[in-house]
Parts: sequence; C-alpha cells; structure tokens
Amino acid sequence: MTLSRKARDTLAFWGFVGPFLIGLVVFGYLPIGWSLYLSFFDARNTVTPSVFVGLDNYVRMLSDGPFLASLGTFSVFAAFIVPLTFVLSLALALGVHQLKFARAFFRSVFFLPFACSYVVASLIWKTSLFSGVRYGLANSVLGLFGVDPVAWTGTVHPPLYWIVLVTARLWLQLGFYVILFLAALQRIPRHLYEAAWLDGAKSGWQVFRYITLPQLRATSVAVLLLNLINAYQAFDEFYNILGDSRGYPPYGRPPLVYLYYTSLGSGGQDLGRGSAGAMILAMVIALATLLQGRLFRFDRSAS
Amino acid sequence: MIRATLRWSALVIAAVLFLVPFYLLLRNGLSSRAEITSPDWTFWPERLHWENFGRLFDRQDVPFARSLLNSAIVAVLQTTGLIVVCSLAGYGLARVPCRYAKPVFYAVLATLMIPASVTFLPSFVVVSTLGWLSDFRGLVIPGLFSAFSVFLFRQYFLDFPKELEDAGQVDGLSRWGVFRRIVLPCSRGFLAAIAVITVIGSWNAFLWPLIIAQDPDSWTVQVALSGLLTAQNPQLDLLFLAAALSIAPIVLLFAFLQRYLVQGVTESGLKG
Repeated sequence: MTLSRKARDTLAFWGFVGPFLIGLVVFGYLPIGWSLYLSFFDARNTVTPSVFVGLDNYVRMLSDGPFLASLGTFSVFAAFIVPLTFVLSLALALGVHQLKFARAFFRSVFFLPFACSYVVASLIWKTSLFSGVRYGLANSVLGLFGVDPVAWTGTVHPPLYWIVLVTARLWLQLGFYVILFLAALQRIPRHLYEAAWLDGAKSGWQVFRYITLPQLRATSVAVLLLNLINAYQAFDEFYNILGDSRGYPPYGRPPLVYLYYTSLGSGGQDLGRGSAGAMILAMVIALATLLQGRLFRFDRSAS
Repeated sequence: MIRATLRWSALVIAAVLFLVPFYLLLRNGLSSRAEITSPDWTFWPERLHWENFGRLFDRQDVPFARSLLNSAIVAVLQTTGLIVVCSLAGYGLARVPCRYAKPVFYAVLATLMIPASVTFLPSFVVVSTLGWLSDFRGLVIPGLFSAFSVFLFRQYFLDFPKELEDAGQVDGLSRWGVFRRIVLPCSRGFLAAIAVITVIGSWNAFLWPLIIAQDPDSWTVQVALSGLLTAQNPQLDLLFLAAALSIAPIVLLFAFLQRYLVQGVTESGLKG
C-alpha cells in the first residue's frame, strides 16, 4: 500500500514537529496549567494541592507588603537599567563603528563579559570591587582621595546597593546590545549620509538626529523591550550580591527573589501562594509587553 | 582631529573598565588570603600562589571538580538535544506542508510571550512530580524544548534556498533524506551559532540548577560558586580561583567561535 503525497507530508510533519511538541506540552503548557490550578489551593511543603481556597492566595499576595514592594523594587531597577543600557550601548557602538582600525579588538573587549555568568560577576562585585571593607577596589581608590570606606551593599540610605547591582548588570550585558547596534549601524545605506551632507547637514549631531537614530528605530525598540523583559527576570545577581548565609535583607528584593523564598526557601515553602504570585507576575509582564508594543508600534517596525 | 582623540580616549577608558573585573579574578585567585584582605592595595601578588589549585580541589564541603564535570555533561547533553529537537521542529514548521502547521506555530509563539523564569515554579512542580530532582534528567530535559530556538530555526529554514531541496527530491530523497543530507550539512554555520549560544546559556544558568540540583553531588558549577559565596566566612582566594576556572572553558570557546556567536546574535536579535 502506498500513501498519497499529502498523507506522507502530514506524517513527515508530525515526525519533525512531534518530539518538540510533546516536550512543549509537558514542560510548557502542563506546568503553567498545574501552577494555575495550584494557585487556588492550599499547598504548603507539597506540590499536590490539599484544600481549595479560591482566590485567597491571590488576595493575600496582593495585600502582602513584601510582594508589592518587590514589584516596586523591579520598577526602580528598570528605571535605572533600561535607559542606562540603551544610552551606553548606543554610544559604545557609535564609537566602535567610526573607528578606522582596532574595531574587532574593542568589539571583543566589550563582548567578553557576555561569556561570564551573573554568579561570577556577583562574586567580583560583592567581595572585591565593591567590598564594604577597606580592601575593596572601589574603597581603595576612594581612599587615595581620603574618603572613608563605604559599605556598598549594606547602605540603604542613600541606597548605594543599587550602584553595585546596576553596574554588575551593565558590565554583563552592555556588550550584547553593542553588537546589536553595530549590526544595525552597518545596515544603514551610505547614500543616506551623502544625501544629508548635500542637503547641508554639517554637524555630527544633526546627522545623528535625522539619519542615524530613525534608521536604528527597529533595533532600538528591540533593545528596550529585551532589556525590560530581562530586568523583570532579575534573580541571579540580587540573590548572590545581597543574600548570604543568614538569608536576604528586607530591601532590594525583586519579584523572582521574593517568589523563590516564598515557595522554596527554608521559611515558607508555600507553593500555592508562590504559584499565585507567578501568575500575577506573568500577567503584569504580558500587559507591560503589550503596552510597550503599542507604544513603540513594535508590531510594525519589527516586520 | 580633536573628536577622534576624544573618541579614542573614551573607548580606551571604557575598555580598561571592562577588563578590570577579569584582572581582579586573576589577581585574587592567585593571591594569598592575606593579600586579598590587606588594606594596602597591591597591583599583583608578591608571588603567585599556585598551591591554591590543590587547596580548592581538596575541599570536602564543596565538590568543585564534580560540579565542573556536572556542568560539562549538562551543557553537552542540552546543546546536542536542543539542536536535534529544535532544528527538526523548525524545519517541519518552515517546509513540510500540513494544515496543522499554522496552529502549531501559534501554539509555539504563545509560549514565547511568557518569560522562562516566571515558569520556574510550575516547571519545578512538574520535575519534582516526575522524581527528577538532583538528577541530570531534571537539569537537562526541560531545557531542550526552547520555543525561541524553534522560532529561530524556522526563520532560518524559511530562507533556505528551495532549489537545493528540489534537486534532492528529484534525486529520490525523502523529506527526511533531504533534511539530513542536504539541509543540515549546508547549515553548519547557523547550527554552530545556536550551539555556542546554548552552551553559554546552559553553563551560566543559575536559578534552574539552584532549585533542581539540591544534593551537592548534582550541583552545577554556578550553584557550587554561589554556595561558596554565600557561605559563612568564604575563603576568598579559593572562591576567586574557582570563578576563574569556571569561566575559562567559556572564554576559550568564545575566543574560537566568536565569529559564529556574533553572527547568531546579529541574525536573530536574541536575548542574553
């Protein structure tokens, strides 16, 4: 018996896509469904629900100071990291792009931290660069100017710990966005610049404002969105820079750190509330992404 | 002229700042503890303390050598598996005609909207139900089904020259034969790009291994480092040496395959 061509194609399609699809259902859809289900139940120290509690977990999460504070922490972090990353990576990309030689060298240096993990960066930042005692590099440099050692990660007023967290992330991810901008800069057609020159745009700022920046629009939107989504997911450096063997300080907790301690930490182990928190977070992220997409017309410029 | 000088100075200063953390890693890893904690900063240790290597690997409380091995195993299995599973799916979605192709593609796209780390709890629930805690299966398998990689493969295969495939079919190859004998060999550059990105992502992953690898013998290198870092009275010299060792394989890989990595990043605009 021979199958028709169409039937053979259908069979081949499932052969190609089937293995992935099974995995996607088991490790994508099923967990999310299960978590949604768990979020309506009391589930402490267990992954199987016991008592149905309705929306109780949600109400408790949303009236819970620390969870709302963690959303606030995220907002502060994003307010620092998103514009800083954007401006600095664009500036570095422009600088490297205009070089006549040694371009590959600088590109490699800026991209190299991308190979490091957040754990390694946290270690360097916490115990060496911004160590609170005199032997840290930042404090040693300040010492040259007669400034007393600063407790970087422990100072809440003013919130100096943000300097540690933000610079660590900048170091790790700037290079990645520099590469994105460099690729976009190379795609800008040369004749646009020649036309601008003929039209009398003489200063570098004018050319940048009216030619370069509009041409980078799609990449800029992508950089801002990726950056925001990555900021939502902040966990590694917060956990490793601010946490220690005694636990985690009450300040500077982004949502994921809070959920981690609520659902898996030694204290709570409350998977029901943790799941409710994860659902709320997912909704916040989806909403913000849609809103951003609208705002920047992501759908149009990306196509 | 002045602008060029300014640009050069700015770039050189930035480059030095970018390299400082690498310098600290090496300096501290090969110093004695007294030199790291000395209030008088020295640029370089008086003598290099190579014996730190022995002390690091002799430690009983943190199985560091074991964690390096675990990370290597996870990275290799995950990268190989992801490439197999996701390239197949991407090719099927891009090239094999089927009326379910569109709905399946939308089902894949939908999961892209939800960031992976929001799903860490639900996935933990599933993995622990399967009994895969502290087990390579729990570390590796959930990471194989990356909707994002499938999306990238699909976009790539959509642009693959159709004439090559047609020639193969005329010669009597099946869909599978075309994929294995024509499409895959011609896509080595793209496969390498995805492989490098996956290896780096897998090696540097932290949150997932932290919750899955609960038994110290199943720790990956990032979890082991974090354990050393958040312990009471961390031994700084050993900690820095461990960190330097942990980035060495990735930096080497990076140096040799940077070309593919840059290509992959610029072609896809993907996340870090």
